[in-house]
Amino acid sequence: MRLFAVLLFAAANAFGQPRSGLDYASEEIRRLQASDAENPGMLWVDRGAALFAQHCASCHRPAAMKGVATRYPRVVDGKVVNLEAKVQHNGPRFAYESQELLSLTAYVAHQSRGLPFAQEVFPKQVENGKREYYRRRGQMNLSCAHCHEANPGKKLGSENLSQGQPNGYPTYRLEWQTLGSLHRRLRACMYGLHAELPAHGSDLLLDLELFLAARARGLPVEAPAVRR
Amino acid sequence: MALARIQVPKEAKRGELVEVRIVIQHPMETGFRRDADGKRVARNAIHSLACRYNGAEVFRATLSTGIAANPFLRFFLRAGESGDLDFWWLDDDENEGTARARLVVA
Repeated sequence: MRLFAVLLFAAANAFGQPRSGLDYASEEIRRLQASDAENPGMLWVDRGAALFAQHCASCHRPAAMKGVATRYPRVVDGKVVNLEAKVQHNGPRFAYESQELLSLTAYVAHQSRGLPFAQEVFPKQVENGKREYYRRRGQMNLSCAHCHEANPGKKLGSENLSQGQPNGYPTYRLEWQTLGSLHRRLRACMYGLHAELPAHGSDLLLDLELFLAARARGLPVEAPAVRR
Repeated sequence: MALARIQVPKEAKRGELVEVRIVIQHPMETGFRRDADGKRVARNAIHSLACRYNGAEVFRATLSTGIAANPFLRFFLRAGESGDLDFWWLDDDENEGTARARLVVA
């Protein structure tokens, strides 16, 4: 049944093979991401390692974090749980976009670098995200698909449109000059559409995140990625 | 919390030119940005940075708000004795940062 759902899902992908945003990035950005000495996101990974030692290491071994990011978000008791929620399941609570949460998430996600997205598919909840993905929103009256399915590889002003894949998060964006979560990125898209901004960690963003993960199956984890 | 990543070769030969790279976590606030409430965010940039190699200064830089956040610097020095590279920097809030890396000369 699960395999069937995956197949059905693959067939429903309008663009076929998922491609990482890295494929659409410039040579300079790809170089920046590839070098651990120059990728600024690694600063957060270092800080995350210290936080992990402080808050998590009494129960978890760092080696056991390998692959965790390829399994989240997932649905637990009918609720979508993403990596940000999972890493603070039993420790102190940090706000979205706080340095602490970004660092911890970046550290855990980094342990899965290069491993393919392999989230379990939850057909019912993925449907919710899919509905939102294709819903027109904002004064621009566009859905996610208008840019990221119909036009990847083309230009939007001076920007390269990508497929909008989630495999590099948390990502260092040059525009932000800092690391940011997928939810921040999704909000940035909605801001561009002149749409109402959903709160970080809201059901809408979590549903979208779950759908995006299912859509990205097979792409390697790149965290911390670098994008424009 | 001052945080930096320094990259030097694992081992260098005496007399060899060695590439030193450092990334420092710092917002490099320009003083022109406004926060969500419209209040101006005070300028805070690293303005001075120096590197000492075995106690002797080998590199000094003056930075300002034209440099992006989390500045990345790269320079070359000639390997002498094995020893520590001691970085020091200071920002507009008078926050000092330090970082150290070991250069092993074979």
